[in-house]
Amino acid sequence: MLTFTLRRLLLAIPTLLLISAVIFFMVDFAPGSPMSDIPLTVPPEVRAKMMAAMGADKPVHIRYILWMKQFFWNEPLYGIDALLGTDFAQGAQRIISWQSKVPVFQLIGERLPQTLTVMGTAYLIGILIALPIGIYSAYRQYSWFDLAGTFFSTMGFSVPTFFTGNLLILIFAVKMGWFPTIYDTNLRVTDWDSFYRMAMQMALPVTVLALFNAAEISRYTRASVLENLNQDYVRTARAKGMTEKTVLLKHVLRNSLIPVVTIIALGLPTVFGGAIVTEQIFKINGIGAALIGAIHVSDLPVIQTITFIFAVLIVLFNLIADILYGILDPRIRYD
Amino acid sequence: MTDATIPPAAVKIERPRSQWRDVWTQFRQHKGAMVALVLLILIALFVVVGPLIWRIDPNFIESDPVKMIRLRNKGPTWDHPLGTDQLGRDILARIMFGGRISLAVATVAMLVAIFIGTTVGVLAGYFRKVDGILMRLTDMFLALPLLPLLLVMMFLFRDAAAAVLGPSLGTFLLIVLAIGVTSWMHASRIVRGEVLALKEREFVLAARSIGTPSRRIILRHILPNVLSPVLVAATLGIASAIITESVLSFLGLGFPPDFPTWGRLLFDGVDAMRTYPDRVVWPGVAISLTVLCVNYIGDGLRDALDPRVRGR
Repeated sequence: MLTFTLRRLLLAIPTLLLISAVIFFMVDFAPGSPMSDIPLTVPPEVRAKMMAAMGADKPVHIRYILWMKQFFWNEPLYGIDALLGTDFAQGAQRIISWQSKVPVFQLIGERLPQTLTVMGTAYLIGILIALPIGIYSAYRQYSWFDLAGTFFSTMGFSVPTFFTGNLLILIFAVKMGWFPTIYDTNLRVTDWDSFYRMAMQMALPVTVLALFNAAEISRYTRASVLENLNQDYVRTARAKGMTEKTVLLKHVLRNSLIPVVTIIALGLPTVFGGAIVTEQIFKINGIGAALIGAIHVSDLPVIQTITFIFAVLIVLFNLIADILYGILDPRIRYD
Repeated sequence: MTDATIPPAAVKIERPRSQWRDVWTQFRQHKGAMVALVLLILIALFVVVGPLIWRIDPNFIESDPVKMIRLRNKGPTWDHPLGTDQLGRDILARIMFGGRISLAVATVAMLVAIFIGTTVGVLAGYFRKVDGILMRLTDMFLALPLLPLLLVMMFLFRDAAAAVLGPSLGTFLLIVLAIGVTSWMHASRIVRGEVLALKEREFVLAARSIGTPSRRIILRHILPNVLSPVLVAATLGIASAIITESVLSFLGLGFPPDFPTWGRLLFDGVDAMRTYPDRVVWPGVAISLTVLCVNYIGDGLRDALDPRVRGR
């Protein structure tokens, strides 16, 4: 298990390097570079100084290595400094946003809590809805509950979130007036009143995302429980005279949750990335909105960093899913 | 002795059944998929034949300003069954035209993805030498953050593509290629698995032992046998391509405004959602219904093509 984990960790390094190169060079070929926005009246020597100040005068491979060093060395040092109050970084160069002149990681730190609150809640609720539906659908295969559940899950990932989101806004915010349409990022939960307002503004985006996540997870749960229900050990358990409750909830559930757990782990990066659309609809000031905003003003460092962070998260959770699978299912140890 | 009661004339030799007839028989058992197929054909007729009957130009704007202002934002009338938008354009015609583009983008993007996926999958499965590197490539693509990357690609290359090929064709090709290049990985993994198993079968061995070159073994013996998983992957690929295209359009990084797709129409409708909710609802219903139908057909196809399920 340990060797397997180590090998996968080592394999992740070239993958990440390759992805970082793809992202960096693709974004760097952007025609919308801020250099082209410098007015022509600016004298050439001033222009050269401006470019030097933005670090854009060096050849592209030097900038790539510099960016990698900033991403993997300087920024973690600043992170440690911020946590422990030390001074390891000693003023090393950080990745700076061209638009706001603020370190990109500080920007992300400001945006991340909103994304995590809304998307994390939605994912959790999605899992909590999906598991019972998936299990019961499989247990009563082809019953009306199963048909309804299957239809619900097919609906869930066929109807795009930008439509469900707007539909919910239309019905519950515009027509009924129950919920606010726009998420207020400045709201701090201090007492019951602000907690209530927080819950109200989170209700719609969380519903949209929870339904979407629940659709996918319940499908996997159903398939996995179905597969296990036909196994020999279930017949044995029933033959021993165990109650249906024990058979289903102890024997079948434990085994069928193994692939579901890995699916949940694999889906976690989309909690960060897939929320781009939802944040746009409900005007949540999160990390996805930061990416879209940066794309529209061609703020290259922010685009590169956020996209690469998403990639790191995907690789990381792939690794976690693989290891979890090995831990949970002794038949699939990779030694 | 029930057999003896059958008169000899009634005993007829059953005609040999082809594989595709079996598949069709099994497919018809799946009620959801059949309903979805009928609906999808209706939608396709609506967007393909519809504009031939409903002959209003979707981009027609009245040149006389007084008339134009009178035509704006009208509710449903006989002249305009779904009303008109803020520039007096007929919404029914726009939805038909938008559907054409959405479906065309999805189909072509799926073909690109399936072509790349099948090629990579067959090469990786058949030639051991390139297997490792091609599968690492597939893994790398699977680890890319696709939506952010698609947005960045659209933003970076849209103007360049529009400058070379014109705004509509340039955007079309760019979207199709971008979606195709970022969604071939599942197809390639499925195909590789199938090819790895097929390669060891006797008929491939027989073909090889009479000296058939690899190219012909792949084309004549391997490819026809991986057709069914590829078909299922292709169907589901259309569904995800429709959604991806409309997400790009919805985020304002898809087609230009005078080139409506369903996603773009929805995006345009959001601004006036409070006053004219139907402008969001119609394109949204169109997208959802199409994707739902395609997904159901994919499910039905998967069941019909699976020999373990077939004939039950």
